[in-house]
Amino acid sequence: MEYIKNIKNSYKLKYNITYYIIIAIVTVTAVMAASGDLKRSTMGLLARISYSIIMALSLNLVVGFLGELSLGHGGFMCVGAYIGCFCANYLHNVISSPLLVLIVAMIIGGISAAFFGFIIGLPALRLKGDYLAIVTLAFGEIVRNVFKNLPWFGGAMGLSSVTYNADSLFVVGFVVVLIVLFLSQNLIRSKHGRAVTAIRDNEIAAKAMGINVTFYKLLIFVISAAFAGVAGVIYGHFTTPVMYSFFSYNYSIEVLVMVVLGGMASLNGSIIAATLITVVNFLLQDNLSGDLAALRLLIYALILIIVVLFNNSPAFAPIKEKLGIHKILEKISFRRKPGTVTDDKADWNKIETKIPMDEVLGVDFRTDEATPAGDTEEKEEKDNG
Amino acid sequence: MNIILDGLGLGAIYALIALGYTMVYGIAKLLNFAHGDIIMVGAYAILTMLNANGNPWIAIIVSVVVCTAAGIIIERFAYRPLRSASPLAVLITAIGVSYFLQSLAQLVFGAKSRPVTLPALGNINLFGASVSVATIITLIIGAVIMAALTVFVNFTRIGRAMQAVSEDKGASQLMGINVNRIIMITFAIGSALAAFASLFYLMQIPATSPTLGSMPGIKAFTAAVIGGIGSIPGAMIGGVLLGLIEKICLSIPFLSAYTTAIEFGLLILILLVKPIGLLGKKRRVKV
Repeated sequence: MEYIKNIKNSYKLKYNITYYIIIAIVTVTAVMAASGDLKRSTMGLLARISYSIIMALSLNLVVGFLGELSLGHGGFMCVGAYIGCFCANYLHNVISSPLLVLIVAMIIGGISAAFFGFIIGLPALRLKGDYLAIVTLAFGEIVRNVFKNLPWFGGAMGLSSVTYNADSLFVVGFVVVLIVLFLSQNLIRSKHGRAVTAIRDNEIAAKAMGINVTFYKLLIFVISAAFAGVAGVIYGHFTTPVMYSFFSYNYSIEVLVMVVLGGMASLNGSIIAATLITVVNFLLQDNLSGDLAALRLLIYALILIIVVLFNNSPAFAPIKEKLGIHKILEKISFRRKPGTVTDDKADWNKIETKIPMDEVLGVDFRTDEATPAGDTEEKEEKDNG
Repeated sequence: MNIILDGLGLGAIYALIALGYTMVYGIAKLLNFAHGDIIMVGAYAILTMLNANGNPWIAIIVSVVVCTAAGIIIERFAYRPLRSASPLAVLITAIGVSYFLQSLAQLVFGAKSRPVTLPALGNINLFGASVSVATIITLIIGAVIMAALTVFVNFTRIGRAMQAVSEDKGASQLMGINVNRIIMITFAIGSALAAFASLFYLMQIPATSPTLGSMPGIKAFTAAVIGGIGSIPGAMIGGVLLGLIEKICLSIPFLSAYTTAIEFGLLILILLVKPIGLLGKKRRVKV
């Protein structure tokens, strides 16, 4: 019993340390904001960090845990921002408390984004292959194009929204970050989360275990879209007007950079990378002007390429071993310590003997004249009869 | 009449780009997001050569060479190391490469769009309608290139090797085909087609900017998926179809603002009804 208790305690610290850190930072900054020690620009930066983190967490659910690529997450954010803030503009007449309006707007924005996620995901996730990437890319463009031209949403001028008090928006933002983090972590560690990672690792094997692949893919995608919608509402309460041009393909890629840099399927990594990139953006905004602004994008592109190549290319394997990066990571990180029970990126994910089922069994030795599978079954049925 | 010819001209451009996408997807099973930006590279090559010596023929040849080289280099350094990695990793690298090319172009040439002065071709009278010669040339050369490509893929040794690789990489390797070489050739051909596409694009819109390739790239990609990704005739049909739809939508005042939405909506609709695209081959997944 003592042993289990120890494990439980170690889990508790490990699982909750992110919450503690975020709560500590937010409390300190909130106190500073209340006493007037915090610059206005810093508060804006914190608000930006909060919605970036939500976006990164949301995209990580799809890219890291589901193993599908979404290139239109900006589109869901756009839906959330526009519809949430559109409703908020009316709600201000009914409800006097801006906080309540913000909360209701976030719920509305999240639900509407989830609705679109469902519509988009339903056709795309039934298919095998990179279709989700294509469809979400198309969706992002459609959303921008439509919102740009709808007169109710301000058209090309953008939707003017009522901004929330900058002193406390970031506090609300970070509370939402905590909620999103809590929901994602518990989702991933639940039975459903295990099913999703199983699908990512081997779809055919997961199917064979009786997992409803389309349902789980859709579930995660819809939840992720809802989170993106909520992030959009926070964005809409941070700046006015809500501009369709913000949610471009480039923004979706920026979020992807956060996810890749932070590490696929690592929620804490996403949080750190989102913070880092938002801060870097903020610092470079004033210093890099004109054509030099491309330097930032160049760096993002290189980050994407190098991180992926480094993690996946066999050519880098000897270098990795030489540098001993894994050992350093083991020392730094809380997880993967030898001898302890590991987190959801557990070792059984990486068992070397995973047979490439598709390739081994996919080889068709029959000639073209061989009877298709359907016919043989019919024959067997007849034989049985 | 004019609208339909314009649409066909635009469709030919899309089809040329879509061919690059579809060939690479058919053979390497990878969505080459950087393909659209190869067009941009080609456009800048034309611009630079025109500014340097003014001879359009040399500019065209140089642009083809530059694009082909760019395609081969990208394949060699970004995609080949990931041959055995998960599709997601390759996809992300492809996006990275696309981004890299765009921002590099912006650093070198500046973000502003720069005019390209190709020799004026004027209009001719065809069946009572005034039609720009550029459109006619685009149509004719586009058709010739596509016909040549069809012949190449179906009747030459390398073309057949390409088909074999797209069918089964492992088996074709056992048959003595150098898979890496075939994939490289595919990238080279796709990029050369992109160079032609950039030429035709500049004939219609004579200005180049770092993001020139991204929108036509994405649309051509849509065309490839609509036609059935991996299928060469599918890419041609998808491209022409999309070009026609775009021009027709643009000509109707009520719909013109929503052209992009309609095009991408069509993509989603087609994936919903016929996920493999119009001419796509159905692949049986065997377990």
